[in-house]
Amino acid sequence: MASVPISEDSRFGLRRQARLAGPMRLSSGASLGPVDIAYETYGAMNADKSNVILICHALTGDQYVASDHPVTGKPGWWWRLVGAGKPVDPARHFIICSNVIGSCMGSSGPASLDPATGEPHAMRFPVLTIADMVRAQALLLDHLGVDRLAAVIGGSMGGMQALTWPTLFPDRVESCIVIASTARHSAQNIAFHEVGRQAIMADPNWRGGDYYADGQVPSAGLAVARMAAHITYLSEAGLTEKFGRRLQGRDAKTFGFDADFQVESYLRHQGLSFVERFDANSYLYITRAMDYYDIAEDHGGSLARAFAPTSARFCLVSFDTDWLYPTAESRVIVHALNASGAQASFVELSSPFGHDAFLLESPELNRVVDGFLRGGRA
Amino acid sequence: MSEAPLVQTLRPDLALIARTVRQGARVLDVGCGDGALMAAMRDHSQVDARGLEIDGSNVAAAVGRGLSVVQGDADTDLTYYPDASFDYAILSQTLQTTRRPDLVVEELLRIGRQAFVSFPNFAHWRGRLSLMWGGRMPVTRLLPDTWYDTLNIHHVTVDDFRALVKERGWHIDGQWFLKGDRETTHANANLFAEHAVFLLRK
Repeated sequence: MASVPISEDSRFGLRRQARLAGPMRLSSGASLGPVDIAYETYGAMNADKSNVILICHALTGDQYVASDHPVTGKPGWWWRLVGAGKPVDPARHFIICSNVIGSCMGSSGPASLDPATGEPHAMRFPVLTIADMVRAQALLLDHLGVDRLAAVIGGSMGGMQALTWPTLFPDRVESCIVIASTARHSAQNIAFHEVGRQAIMADPNWRGGDYYADGQVPSAGLAVARMAAHITYLSEAGLTEKFGRRLQGRDAKTFGFDADFQVESYLRHQGLSFVERFDANSYLYITRAMDYYDIAEDHGGSLARAFAPTSARFCLVSFDTDWLYPTAESRVIVHALNASGAQASFVELSSPFGHDAFLLESPELNRVVDGFLRGGRA
Repeated sequence: MSEAPLVQTLRPDLALIARTVRQGARVLDVGCGDGALMAAMRDHSQVDARGLEIDGSNVAAAVGRGLSVVQGDADTDLTYYPDASFDYAILSQTLQTTRRPDLVVEELLRIGRQAFVSFPNFAHWRGRLSLMWGGRMPVTRLLPDTWYDTLNIHHVTVDDFRALVKERGWHIDGQWFLKGDRETTHANANLFAEHAVFLLRK
């Protein structure tokens, strides 16, 4: 296998899919198998396999981190950080990004077919955790012949996976970059997710999740879920600057319930375009996994204990206007890392864009990530 | 090994600390700025250096050069570091900017087996002259800011610091005094030193 050039090895490249035998044991005690993982790789593994970087995506993200999205046609969701001349560069790194299990872009999830019945799993799919997503990624690394990661990098829910990696596989991770994320979901985080889930389940088209056969999907509920969540990704100042109280394509209020305001029109557009690319049941499963996420809880209540076995270097970045995963959450992680003696860096960057800032133009973020990766000679 | 150029370009008190730190030591630099001292110690003495710095752009610069630096406040964040987890804790030109300098030094001596503390000497004769003849708070090379915009909220002299050390029962393992970029004598340091560096232990 090792003698096959990477370019001819069908495991590597864009738009790949692997069926991993499994069964994989899940946090809930249930098992999942076979496990399908959709993924992309960029660049080439070097001789000693020391240049592998795993990128983890957020709630509604996917494996198309640095290539055009097949549905929307938009450039890769983290093209500002991953690509030629960027801090994570296929010229130097072998980059892997996989769709999390539970999602709907080719990995096993509620919309994928249960091999036992030939029907979509729907709500019969087992409830997952962030740790389960990470274990599935580890199976994928086994499949790709990757033992160790020079770095695992993620923002938001991707940061949760990145932070979980060294706690589950302390010997397989050399460094870990966690951006705009947290070590546990707060009551407020859970509350917003519950609003989204209830919106989906209140849609008469949801029908207990069995909506795949006739194509009548709960798009209204999913759109409302997306609209509510989208507000949490922005900042009040950002919304004011972008929309203020400006009216949408009219000179006066209509005294009706049309989208009078630009901000309403914007949110409706966000909701509508989201339902074209995302499965409502996947939204339920992934938000549930995030709500169950609490690394300390899995280690006797001590976050420092979770990091004790690893010698990985950590880099945490927060944004000052992010109220979804505010700086205080990153500080909790940093204090635990300090207590465990881990090599940790942390910086709060300034941005007007709230949680979304991690996906947007940020020369300082690029400088920090580049310096951190080079500092470990990754 | 000859001195790396980086050490020569460091601020004199930092160069002195960089020269004194043992090879391969574990060091926490509190108020590490953009990481110049940490980088010098790492490159020159293979020191395992960690930093704490309050200013975000300084932290970004330090992390950008591959250093492990955490954004935080010496007054509140030192409590999260375990006892005796470093060979040295360093506080350079930061003591006079903290809210409770005495408690910060206590924390340094808990976290590090030894602590370097460096500060500008407010009793230097230029400052005294300024107060005595001008009746104005001194604005000098080492204290370039005016009273209303200086970050220095606890002005301290060499003798003040020695008194604190004595009162708390700390031990002085080393002391150095600087005038301009050169070391100067211990005699009358309170009058002639622009800058003091102490190496303390509990």
